[in-house]
Amino acid sequence: MFAYYIELALRSLKRNRVLTALMVMALALGIGATITTLTVLRLLSGDPLPQKSTQLFYPQIDPNAKEGYIEGQTKPDSIMTYVDAMNLLQAHRGTHQAAMALTQAKVIPKQANARPFFSDAVMTTADFFAMFDAPFQYGGGWTAADDDGRAQLVVIAGFLNDKLFAGANSVGRVIRVNDHDMRIVGVLKPWAPQPRFYAQDLGGRSYGDGEAVFLPLQTARAMEMGPQDIECYAAVPDVKHIETAPCEWLGVWVELNSDEAVAGYKTFLDGYVKQQVALGRFQRTETSLLDLMGWLRQEQVVPDDVRLQAGLAFGFLLICVVNTVGLLLAKCLRRSGEIGVRRALGATRREIFTQFMVEAGIVGLAGGVLGLLFAELGLLGIRHQPAQYASLAHLDLEMFLFTFVVALVASLIAGILPAWRACVLAPAPQLKAA
Amino acid sequence: MDILPILSTLRRHKLTSWLLILEIALTCAIVCNAVFLIGQRLQRMDMPSGVAEHELLQIQVADVTAPSNPYARLAEDVALLRQVPRVISVASSNQVPFGSSSSNGNIRLDPAQPERTLFATTYFGENLVPTLGTRLVSGRDLQPDDFVDVETALKALGTGESKSLPHVTLITQTLAERLWPGQNPLGRIIYLTPVVGLRVVGVLDSLARPNAYDTAKAQYTMVVPIRMGANKDQSYLIRTRPEDRASVLTAALAALKKADPQRVVTTKRSFDEVRRKFFQDDRAMAGMLVGVIVALLIVTALGIVGLASFWVAQRRRTIGVRRALGATRGNILHYFQTENFLLATIGIALGMVLAYGINLFLMLHYELPRLPAVYFPIGAVVLWLIGQVAVLGPALRAAAVPPVVATRSV
Repeated sequence: MFAYYIELALRSLKRNRVLTALMVMALALGIGATITTLTVLRLLSGDPLPQKSTQLFYPQIDPNAKEGYIEGQTKPDSIMTYVDAMNLLQAHRGTHQAAMALTQAKVIPKQANARPFFSDAVMTTADFFAMFDAPFQYGGGWTAADDDGRAQLVVIAGFLNDKLFAGANSVGRVIRVNDHDMRIVGVLKPWAPQPRFYAQDLGGRSYGDGEAVFLPLQTARAMEMGPQDIECYAAVPDVKHIETAPCEWLGVWVELNSDEAVAGYKTFLDGYVKQQVALGRFQRTETSLLDLMGWLRQEQVVPDDVRLQAGLAFGFLLICVVNTVGLLLAKCLRRSGEIGVRRALGATRREIFTQFMVEAGIVGLAGGVLGLLFAELGLLGIRHQPAQYASLAHLDLEMFLFTFVVALVASLIAGILPAWRACVLAPAPQLKAA
Repeated sequence: MDILPILSTLRRHKLTSWLLILEIALTCAIVCNAVFLIGQRLQRMDMPSGVAEHELLQIQVADVTAPSNPYARLAEDVALLRQVPRVISVASSNQVPFGSSSSNGNIRLDPAQPERTLFATTYFGENLVPTLGTRLVSGRDLQPDDFVDVETALKALGTGESKSLPHVTLITQTLAERLWPGQNPLGRIIYLTPVVGLRVVGVLDSLARPNAYDTAKAQYTMVVPIRMGANKDQSYLIRTRPEDRASVLTAALAALKKADPQRVVTTKRSFDEVRRKFFQDDRAMAGMLVGVIVALLIVTALGIVGLASFWVAQRRRTIGVRRALGATRGNILHYFQTENFLLATIGIALGMVLAYGINLFLMLHYELPRLPAVYFPIGAVVLWLIGQVAVLGPALRAAAVPPVVATRSV
């Protein structure tokens, strides 16, 4: 029976090619626009570390002066002073914990006639790699002892290794960073979680390539490497020694593996802040311990433009669906005579309804295929845009399948009204008119 | 043309008529808002910088080995650049308008006030006013003996010794008007910290901040007499004639490279490129909105063509009867045109209400201003036109129906 409906539908669609083409085209445009913007939205609001994100937490505290503070309302600062970051790290309350800041590293290749260049870099502590599941191609990270000993070593990203050593195992070799010889202890595989959650609020970009150089915080500071972003909350006596200045420039992440651990850490954090208040260092008691996705939500990483575009695309799809309803209705009302004959020959209302829904579904599938083409074109356009996330805009399998779901749902919704009108048509007057 | 017969016909096609009205209304609402958004973006991209945009070049270099005396190094570089042929003026600066990377400070009018008055950007560097080409509307420019080295200023800030700190500043008209509305700003004091009080000695016509993300605060700018050294993220700004920019940039880079072949050039661009880069997202968004509007209007037009064709086919016999009874081709043509005009008008009226609603929603969530009334007639005219163009084909086909159809059964 279903095959018969399909045959009927195809015959009917073929009879009025222009109208069919109009419907498919309009639906495809709407679907193309929707899938393009949804792909971007999904990409931008995605989980950067799906296997780990529920265990990563971002503690925040507030060293600012009392003025303007409203208890329970004022949000704590997004980054931390060196003193607080080190106090939290040394408490070892999490499975892993690391402090980090972004910086610029001047890399001077050892090869003759190679030009020096600047790369994005992270200065951080030993747990960074294990905590964020950063995968190593060669070697590994450094140890807490290396942190304390200000060891002259670095971890480099795969793309820097490709550039400097043509992809060979470079562990043990030396590169010159900011006029210091640094021994390579590890080479990462390509790794750049999106959105770039740990770069958020440290002066880094929200999307795009990862950093090229990772070096121990103490080592980098001994080399006078400065953070990309620094925020001071009081008059600064000496801006060179940001370890002791009233300035915030570090982000701290903690790995906590159970609900008890999270609750325990929150208690610890509150206790720490109360202790600082008692010591006279702090005036505000607010703390925050958001998990990774919560932190990204609070930071509102997804650009407003992208959300606006997605809304616009849905509006567009809505118009396309209304358009399809109108055209399907026109088509089916024109076939009143045919419906009358089928009803008179014994077809039930349900069968007429199914027949028209099948027809709508076929329009939807065709719209989906064409819409996929439009979506690929749209994404091609986005990849040529100057946005940070441009190069990441690709259609994955899930969105590919989702396209057809959207197409079918849209066309079936569009088909309900015409199909219903067709099935409630009384057969007798139609037969008479014919 | 009598519209009553049209209305009575439409009453017999309620469902399809309402669908068409709905489609026009939705299109009208989205198009009005999209055009408004485009207008906003274009307006933003037109934001004045206050500088001689087509005459400026920016170069940033980073030294591989830190110079022993960064101030001497900077003076050497500037002297070298001045010698490049066809260079009109050279300045050193910590930032450029629309350059993104910025230095800012909290301004207070009273050193004891707990909360800042506002957050303004601070330009440092010598020879900025003549090189940028920004106009001084009152007071004087900064003089060489106003200037203090960055390091000296920082050290003085630590010790609280106010003698080695800068004492004067230039501000923009907008900032002056915001701080002291309707009053003469010259001679007034702005506090960057409790110990750093800067006396306003000159008022600039306009100078945009590097981080001009908020149009209202884009001109909150101060120029402070602090001398940059060649060890910070200093920019060299070169002013030349528009047609000489490419050759001057090449010659300037060669001169800097010659002085130290090891140094890395991190930025080399004209101010046109600075502006293009800063507003690239706005341009991309405006382009996308134009695309959506065009696609939307095409889809709506196609929808109108489809439904109008259907109506024409359905009413072939009626048209034949009317023709047989003496209606001219023109009458039939006008009938369908008027019908479309009526439907479009209802759709547009609904669309206006919807457009207003969407605008309210956007105002709530995206900090957009209210949709100006001027967009409503624009939207209406566009949709009327689209409707008339779309219906013309089917209407002509209807007009071509011969009267003899009336005598046939179908």
